[in-house]
Amino acid sequence: MLMVRQPSRRLSKGWEYTTRMDYDLECQSIVKTFGVFRAVDQVSFQIERGSFFSILGPSGCGKTTLMRMIAGFYEPDSGDIHIKGRSVLSTPPNRRPVNMVFQHLALFPMMTVAENIAYGLRRRRASRSEIETRVADALHRIGLPDSGEKRIDQLSGGQKQRIAIARCMVLDPDVLLLDEPLGALDLKLREHMKVELKQLQHQLGTTFVYITHDQSEALVMSDRVAVMNDGKFEQVGTPQDLYFQPDTAFVAGFVGDSNKWRGRVLNRDATSLKLEADSGETLVGVPGGSAAADRGMAVDIFVRPESISLRRVTSSEPTSTPGDTVNHRAAVVESVLFNGAQSRALVKTRQGEDMAVALPQTGEYADLREGEEVTLAWSIEHCRCYPASSG
Amino acid sequence: MSQKDARRLTFLLLLSPFLLWILLLVVIPHIDMFMLSVREKIEPRVYETGLGNYIEVFSEPVYVHTLFRTAVMSVAATALTLLLAFPVSYYIAKLARGRLKSALFLMCLLPFWVSELVRVFGWMILLRETGVISSFLQWAGLVSGPVEFLYNDAAVMVGLVYTSMLFMVVPLVSTLDSLDESLVEAGYDLGGGGFAVLREIVIPHAMPGIVAGCIIVFMLSLGNYLTPILLGGKSSLWFTGHIYSQFITRFNWEFGAAFGFILLATSSLLVWLALRLSGQTLASTIAKS
Amino acid sequence: MLPTIPQSALVRLTYRGYVALFFIYLIAPLLVAATFAFNDSLFPSLPWNGLTFDWFFNSTQPKLGLFHDPNIMRGIRTSFVVAVFTTTLSLLVGTTNAFLFERYQFPLKELCYVLMLMPLVIPGVILGISMLVFSSTIANGLEDSFGFEIEALRPGLFLVVLGQFSFIATIATLVISARLRKFDRTLEEAAYNLGGSRFDVLRTITLPYLKPALIGSGLIAFLISFENFNTTLMLVGSDSPLTITMYDRMKEGSTPVLNATSLFLMIGSGILAFIAVLAQRDKSKPAED
Repeated sequence: MLMVRQPSRRLSKGWEYTTRMDYDLECQSIVKTFGVFRAVDQVSFQIERGSFFSILGPSGCGKTTLMRMIAGFYEPDSGDIHIKGRSVLSTPPNRRPVNMVFQHLALFPMMTVAENIAYGLRRRRASRSEIETRVADALHRIGLPDSGEKRIDQLSGGQKQRIAIARCMVLDPDVLLLDEPLGALDLKLREHMKVELKQLQHQLGTTFVYITHDQSEALVMSDRVAVMNDGKFEQVGTPQDLYFQPDTAFVAGFVGDSNKWRGRVLNRDATSLKLEADSGETLVGVPGGSAAADRGMAVDIFVRPESISLRRVTSSEPTSTPGDTVNHRAAVVESVLFNGAQSRALVKTRQGEDMAVALPQTGEYADLREGEEVTLAWSIEHCRCYPASSG
Repeated sequence: MSQKDARRLTFLLLLSPFLLWILLLVVIPHIDMFMLSVREKIEPRVYETGLGNYIEVFSEPVYVHTLFRTAVMSVAATALTLLLAFPVSYYIAKLARGRLKSALFLMCLLPFWVSELVRVFGWMILLRETGVISSFLQWAGLVSGPVEFLYNDAAVMVGLVYTSMLFMVVPLVSTLDSLDESLVEAGYDLGGGGFAVLREIVIPHAMPGIVAGCIIVFMLSLGNYLTPILLGGKSSLWFTGHIYSQFITRFNWEFGAAFGFILLATSSLLVWLALRLSGQTLASTIAKS
Repeated sequence: MLPTIPQSALVRLTYRGYVALFFIYLIAPLLVAATFAFNDSLFPSLPWNGLTFDWFFNSTQPKLGLFHDPNIMRGIRTSFVVAVFTTTLSLLVGTTNAFLFERYQFPLKELCYVLMLMPLVIPGVILGISMLVFSSTIANGLEDSFGFEIEALRPGLFLVVLGQFSFIATIATLVISARLRKFDRTLEEAAYNLGGSRFDVLRTITLPYLKPALIGSGLIAFLISFENFNTTLMLVGSDSPLTITMYDRMKEGSTPVLNATSLFLMIGSGILAFIAVLAQRDKSKPAED
């Protein structure tokens, strides 16, 4: 559906490549406050050329503010933004080599599809014939070759999405910013567009910066993801890093699902920590982030439902007690939430804690019922603890 | 009585006041006025149907000139009002925030809450020879003697624009308010400058408001009587002035009715033209403002 | 173009300066008209001879104050009576029209809707003369055929009320329709469902919902009627509403009693405007308007 970038046809922007050739976008200690509210707080990061970078965070975390500063609609209070090695702070939004796909797409309703795509080219005073070929080319690439004369309100959600991206891509930006563009789509289309966007980015080779509060969007599409909270980056890494080695309690809680306990450190040795949950149970785990975990320190303990193995307690087989190094619990099934591959069992441990456990995909537990007794077990490295957050 | 009959009865009860009002007070009187305008007085109490009154109006240069002058000045007043009101409306709709926004908008409505008579009176006090502006200029030493700013076309223009300003600002603010700001930002993001964004995005979006405002302002200017008479003075010719003098002073109703109908036709024609050129309809513009 | 889009300081300042000038233009004539009500001079012009309240309260010539001027006081009373009748009629027909156009589908509805809007695009002077012509046609017809004279059909307050009502009804219709359109009809259905009769539902659900629009359009109708000049001028008989009285004085050149009257009108309008704003404020949706 798409092509490779054709540098020979780039419109000249008078852009000089100076330093740091490998980074398309670099932010240095960006700060932005609104009144007393610090929306973006000392954020620094670099994005490699041609990568798909996501900023993931709950609403109000400052991600949109950050993106609008990159686009030029806000000015940072301090810090610097470099695109292809050059500071763009003094460049107005209409001269920056970044383009933006707006949250609600912001397609111009007073223009046809073709006029929308041609808008930026006309601003650059491209010749009429060039505009025509490039618009036709873009429409062809996004698989809507005959839609040029349509009005915006005649398009479906997915088509609008593609037009909004095509409208930016004809300008061949150094960085394409996407502000939760999938938010308005229904679930099926959203799943489809995730794949399509990823492929598009791969084929174009343009750097994408994608903002979302939906972790699945970020994990599926991105090369690297920054998790943002309260105006700060909590962790920047590959989706795998975030999922398997979260650095902070916030990341552990925000990316993927977790069973979470509040507790404290009883004891530590070279490889593991002995922990006591506030409910009085003991667990063995590992420190999650880089922060040291000392004796007596208050911690948050996370165990993913899919890291827990579940076994039925049958009358023929007495309750087996695995070795001391493994965490285990006896529990009763409270309810089964069947959801295909994401099926869960909600259980209550003998000590009265509620836990969620992923059901294996083998169908072995398809007939699990409420009230059945089960044993749960999880290994040390899947039990991660972090210095307790205030929240 | 069945549900259906009840609904029918209600419908008739709602329809009859509408028909009484629109037919007796608007439609039939205008037809009657037209009938009167095609009645030629041959001799006292003897009449004949014909276009004589109209021919007489159009063969008298002073009437044709007045009609032309009224129409041209009304178009000019409309254009000027649009030009002056647009930046202010944009400021209110998109740049002012919170309290300032509602305060500015209410200030724009202010002149409307005061009789046109009072507005014109205010301008007379400002503009006349012994008025505020003339006195101020003398005090500042810019002129040596009193200056008469009243009784010329510029004064009429100032008054017309002032009187109609509200009817331009309100529809403009309401259409500009509905303009999604991300469209403007997208316009910039894709490389547009202020002028390009204005021409390609803001103005097309505001078109229904612009047309509605222009139609109302044009109508009000064309049909205005007070402003041209009081600010333009005795020498100022305005078409409504002729209508008044034919009806009230000379008691020549047949002739006056022809004048009335010509004014109505001119106004309808120009309104229709404006709607056609801009691709709007009466219901889509006037009713929404 | 938006607060989020950087703009040079010069452009921003120029823009703000323009907006400020615009509002000075808007306020100046009103301010001047009001201020000279307190000038201790026989003419509403400079020089400033010192502060006085004579133009409101003095009871002797030549400085006859507003509250002792029999003509002006009579004008205010006449205008008030006319406005009360016009408002009542306009509200009644405006409400039935709103229900007719928002709730019913019927043949020629489009045409009827355009007819309903017509009075807004007909100049007020024309509305006045067509009414004058038609009422005289009826009066003359009755006189010729049956030999009796109906005084009400000759120029006078009855015709003034009808003339104003003919276009104010459109304004009331639009304001009430706009609110009725936003009404959630499931509320009515719920009320039927809970056992209310059609009349109960109208009285307890629909009309209370329309109340802000009814109050708002009522005040607007009152104000427009009170201030109307163009239509009134053509239909007025021996009793002059305030605007006509003021116009006659203004042509002759008057004492600052006219300024006092203007200020009086401004304060009256201001109070009405304030009530209208309060009434229009929708308590359930504070963000609206």
